Amino acid sequence: MNKKAQFGVAIAIVLATMAYLAKAGVEQSKTYYVTIKELQAMKQGDRDRRLRVGGNVAPGSIKREGRRTEFTLVEEDRTIPVVYTGSAPLPDTFVDNSQALAEGHLNKNGVFEANGIQAKCASKYAAKPGEPGQQMTNPKPAPKTSFAPGKS
Amino acid sequence: MENVGSFALLLALALAAYSLGGSAVGAWRNKPVLVKSSQRATIAVWALVTLGIASLFYLLMTDQFRMSYVAAHSNRDLPLFYKATSLWSGQEGSLLLWSWILSTYAMLIVVIHRKASPAVKPLIPWVNAVMMGSQCFFLWLNTIVASPFHLLLASGEGAVNMAVPDGKGLNPLLQHPAMVIHPPILYIGYVGFAVPFAFAAATLIVKPKGEEWIHVTRKWTMVTWLFLGTGILLGARWAYAVLGWGGYWGWDPVENASFMPWLTGTAFLHSVMMQEKKGMLKVWNMALVFSTYLLCLFGTSLTRSGMVSSVHAFARSPIAPYFTAMLALGVTFSVGLLLMSRDYLRSENRLESLVSRESSFLFNNLVLLAACFTVLWGTLFPVISDAVTGNKISVGPAFFNKVNIPVGLFLLFLTGVGPLLAWRRSSLDGLRRNFLGPAILGGVALVGLFAAGMRSFFALMTFMLCVFVTATIVQEFYKGASVLARKRGISLLAGVRDLTLSNTRRYGGYVVHIAIVLMFIGFAGQAFTAELETELKPGESATLKNYRFDLTSVTNQDNPNFAGMTAVVDVYKDGEKIATMDPERRFYKASQQPTSVVNIRQRLNEDLYLVLLGPGQDRAGVGIHAYVNPLVMWLWIGGFVNILGTLLALKPSRGVHETPRRAAALVVPDAVRATL
Repeated sequence: MNKKAQFGVAIAIVLATMAYLAKAGVEQSKTYYVTIKELQAMKQGDRDRRLRVGGNVAPGSIKREGRRTEFTLVEEDRTIPVVYTGSAPLPDTFVDNSQALAEGHLNKNGVFEANGIQAKCASKYAAKPGEPGQQMTNPKPAPKTSFAPGKS
Repeated sequence: MENVGSFALLLALALAAYSLGGSAVGAWRNKPVLVKSSQRATIAVWALVTLGIASLFYLLMTDQFRMSYVAAHSNRDLPLFYKATSLWSGQEGSLLLWSWILSTYAMLIVVIHRKASPAVKPLIPWVNAVMMGSQCFFLWLNTIVASPFHLLLASGEGAVNMAVPDGKGLNPLLQHPAMVIHPPILYIGYVGFAVPFAFAAATLIVKPKGEEWIHVTRKWTMVTWLFLGTGILLGARWAYAVLGWGGYWGWDPVENASFMPWLTGTAFLHSVMMQEKKGMLKVWNMALVFSTYLLCLFGTSLTRSGMVSSVHAFARSPIAPYFTAMLALGVTFSVGLLLMSRDYLRSENRLESLVSRESSFLFNNLVLLAACFTVLWGTLFPVISDAVTGNKISVGPAFFNKVNIPVGLFLLFLTGVGPLLAWRRSSLDGLRRNFLGPAILGGVALVGLFAAGMRSFFALMTFMLCVFVTATIVQEFYKGASVLARKRGISLLAGVRDLTLSNTRRYGGYVVHIAIVLMFIGFAGQAFTAELETELKPGESATLKNYRFDLTSVTNQDNPNFAGMTAVVDVYKDGEKIATMDPERRFYKASQQPTSVVNIRQRLNEDLYLVLLGPGQDRAGVGIHAYVNPLVMWLWIGGFVNILGTLLALKPSRGVHETPRRAAALVVPDAVRATL
């Protein structure tokens, strides 16, 4: 094999491996962003996907019971009930009227079963240019005010 | 004071524009007087921006809450130390800091290269012009778009409310020592890539003979690369110590934005050797230098535009379109220059063998760039998928880890192999001589760890490669030092010292490689983390691995800055008391924000990481989250060794040790060199 072909094959192997890993990574962790409207119009088959839905937390709707937290998300005039049962504590910023992102899937009864919640306090935070590190919540949410552990 | 600041910045903008025009015209029309006066203008710009940042500092330190910036980011009861850091905790202030750092670099270039060698001298006016181009952009933002010197009145928060008695306070998450130095250091890294960018652009404009520009550029790149890497690590350190989720890196878009230029910068520092020694990869190197700085700008526009949702990028900012425009200008400028310089950048050599130093550099670059591309791809995935399929899809840390862990291991492998391969091609005999010992040691480590019960595939691979790479480096030091020691009749240790000082670039580079090994040891620890979340009442206890936690008491405190509760936890390891830890939960009054103060017991083998979550379900107990994080400490140690190694590599070697090719380039025609 001549030199060019050797390098070509080696480079192709490296890139193909990475492309394969990337594809597998996408399949494993992809999450669809949907609005409440899209969520409610969704076909049965698509409801099992990992979904992420955003909205404002309806004031007074937060009910905590052990590890289980129920609340209602509102976007314009549409609402959806959410049940959070994840192990990670809810973020500090999760309060009435905060903007929240719920990650999980929609069950048969039209209730969104979330296993991750992100919340933004509407005004306070301004990001800095290229600041790596100031996450308030992440794969694992940051600590929270309202601790709701199981009945341990 | 605010008028002094505003006026200084406005004047700086005017002078920067003059310096840009004057330098370019002066160099183009060969008017040394104009060039000289432009360079003086650059120094004046630095002085003025310094005055600007000093006045903002003064306003913060003296609690001038009629200023919108001060009111939003500071408060009366904030400790003095953190009042200073609120200088860069908001957008306007951090942009001013950026601008000031840029002006400092520009000033340093003018001063340091005042007596530049004949090969570099003609570049300097153009370097200055490009730097001032960037400077104009930032000063434009500082004065017109996002001035930090607005009165509250002018910022639209109600004309009646001209001053507030007290500010809203600094975000409590930012009240941490690492946060004091992390942003400035990261910015010094970010902004610093403007310098290699400017040198590369100037080179393509002037087209000087020889490769002297690349020696200068390489040094500047190393300085700024060191700051960027250290800044990223400090950010990770801050996230680890403050955010309380037990980790230090989450592949958030803002983290990714700082990581991408680091990857391309690292690629450049390696591939530049190909150009120095072999005259290869010239276009590639230029492209790397350009894209590194452009990635810095891109990262900023990405995270501020709201284009991708980052947990950092809460505020959509009006400055994003300006960054995008600047980026477009930068891309056009760079691509244009590259296209016009194809002849100048023609390669002088070809690749000869798959098993050669050249080849290892090639793969190092390929993999670094591919990693950079995947990070970019993953970060932009929601945007891309929205455009292509109409569905907005995001990918999580699993995606980034899946690709980057194998990539990291391949790079670690190359770290060991690359420096020992011969240029052009390696003989089988040479391979055996250099790699037999280290490969055996790596294999022994693998078998030993497996026998000891370790089953995590990636951790096993990592430790094996760490041993292998360390062995190759130790062998290099030993070989060189023992020869020196024998020849000069000195001890082996003195031999190591003399060897290192005689070729700081090579041996400093090895020290940096050791730092990378140490960091990988830290990464591998991630495979063995353990955690526990529970609710305890005083007197109760919980266990995690071989640790037991006894909650002895919960205490409360109150001061003007915050109110807080502290859990006092006695920690037992294998039944023996080893520590008393006190994680805290605080409520900051000015900003009305609760936050946890993590308590970490750091040891070389593993960290114990305790978070107080707050009052529990039935008010008598408190929530505690405990983590055992093995080997994290080695990441921070690696960071220090990296600083050491880079500084060593920056120090000039003892005696004459310029690269052989530089001399050769002057006398040996291309055709002859190709056959050497």
